[in-house]
Amino acid sequence: MNFQTTIGLEVHVELKTKSKIFSPSPVEFGDDPNANTNVIDWGYPGVLPTPNKGVVEYGMRAALALHANINQHMHFDRKNYFYPDNPKAYQVSQSDTPLAQNGWIEIDVNGTKKKIGIEEMHIEEDAGKNTHNPNGYSYVDLNRQGTPLIEIVSKPDIASPEEAYAYLDTLRQRIQFTGVSDVKMEEGSMRVDVNISIRPFGVDKFGTKTELKNLNSFNYVRKGLEYEEQRQQKVLLAGGEIQQETRRFDETTGETILMRVKEGADDYRYFPEPDIPDVVVADEWLEQIKADMPEMPEQRRERYVGELGLTDYDAMVLTQTKEMSDFFEAAVAAGADAKLTSNYLQGDVNAYLNDNHIDLQDTKLTPANLASMIKLQMDGTISSKMAKKVFKAVTDGEDPASYVKEHGLVQLSDPAQLQPIIDEILDNNAQSIEDFKNGKDRAVGFLVGQIMKQTHGQANPKVVNKLLMASLNAR
Amino acid sequence: MTVEPISRVEVEHVASLAKLSLTDEQAQKFTTQLDEIITMIEGLDEVDTDNVKPTTNMADATAILREDVAVNAHQKDALLNEAPETEDGFIKVPAIIDESEDA
Repeated sequence: MNFQTTIGLEVHVELKTKSKIFSPSPVEFGDDPNANTNVIDWGYPGVLPTPNKGVVEYGMRAALALHANINQHMHFDRKNYFYPDNPKAYQVSQSDTPLAQNGWIEIDVNGTKKKIGIEEMHIEEDAGKNTHNPNGYSYVDLNRQGTPLIEIVSKPDIASPEEAYAYLDTLRQRIQFTGVSDVKMEEGSMRVDVNISIRPFGVDKFGTKTELKNLNSFNYVRKGLEYEEQRQQKVLLAGGEIQQETRRFDETTGETILMRVKEGADDYRYFPEPDIPDVVVADEWLEQIKADMPEMPEQRRERYVGELGLTDYDAMVLTQTKEMSDFFEAAVAAGADAKLTSNYLQGDVNAYLNDNHIDLQDTKLTPANLASMIKLQMDGTISSKMAKKVFKAVTDGEDPASYVKEHGLVQLSDPAQLQPIIDEILDNNAQSIEDFKNGKDRAVGFLVGQIMKQTHGQANPKVVNKLLMASLNAR
Repeated sequence: MTVEPISRVEVEHVASLAKLSLTDEQAQKFTTQLDEIITMIEGLDEVDTDNVKPTTNMADATAILREDVAVNAHQKDALLNEAPETEDGFIKVPAIIDESEDA
């Protein structure tokens, strides 16, 4: 029996506004516990939450990046549950009128393109953070309480773990280019809930789905889904039934382990939030946001290929992250050759980032310095070999021009200076001239080596070659 | 509209969602009371609302959105003073197993 797989993804994205969604407390991480809280965040009776304009605006930008239809008249709902990370005993979310509906993104799995639908996306508040201690107590920090989130719910279009991976990667990229979130799973600004079901080919009704937890990277999402797909097939082929359950992904074994069986649907008793009036988005505001939308990755890729002459592959790699893409554009704007800049970013810069486990924005590299180094190479001031040394200085935040001057790294390109050196070396190597005349090309290599040695590697190889050939032929 | 607007099982379910434990007597009493309340509210079903938009808020106004400016209230100490137990700036609560699905 052959099965088809249906995967659903719920992605939470933290919006990087300055203040919280319903209170003016700062959205900052790493501060002392409870330092960024006020009476609203603690859910005190009688407080008046006020919605943050920035959250609605960021949410709309994300919605436009996912081709979703924005609800211009929306309200918030209360989702009721008890847990100490949320002192109000309800989360303010959206149920009836989500921020946006019916979006899509296009994914590419090994060259095959496919549109994945987005059911809806809504705005909600994050909860605080509980730290459990073996002493029987939990410690609650409400700094995160009220951090704005958008939750993005996919349509049942994702048919394989590979597609789930591509969906997450494309989603991350598009949201990142809008600038509304860092979308980093390792830092918790992007979180993924996954469900998966399988059914025999030709059967219309979806199979029973299981939920997966503890998927802390795109790779684990893919691995967890691959394992779960196989597990469900084995159960069904053995004549068993899939239970509606929540399973935990084990990073060490790559298996999923039963956490709990779900009985009945969750009962959150949603009702409209009485403390916050409906939010209405005026046409002018929406038009303004549309007009101000930053370029999406595919628009940048088109420009890189069409205007800057890069390959599709280069354009794809450079637009993986907004930081890299912005860096590239700034360097090119500063006068660096596009292809050379692309090569440096994918080569030396990438290697440097990987070796140091560091993100581009956390380095001392600047587009101006990289561009200035590339220009020195373009105009022949330094050789590509010297550029390696200069690049190291650039990673330390040094100005390439002054570094080159200080360390005497200037390439010797002036024929008036090179010719006497070449003449002297030829005078001292009669045998090599003889060999050259007899068609032994190796002699040229030897002579170039002598010249480079004499000039401590500073001679411009192109100029040397030209002068040397002319001199040899003249003798 | 229906013979029995709310059953005792439903009352007990709602009570458990609200973390309330009811005695037999209370469960019976609340079932009867909620029954009466719901029957009364059901009188609204007679109103023709076909062309009426759902009311989600009693205030006949739309939200005035706050500009995204961070203000630290510096209320940490005052708020922690009101908590039953604290330690190192945290609120200290009995450990609770995570029952929430996706909070």
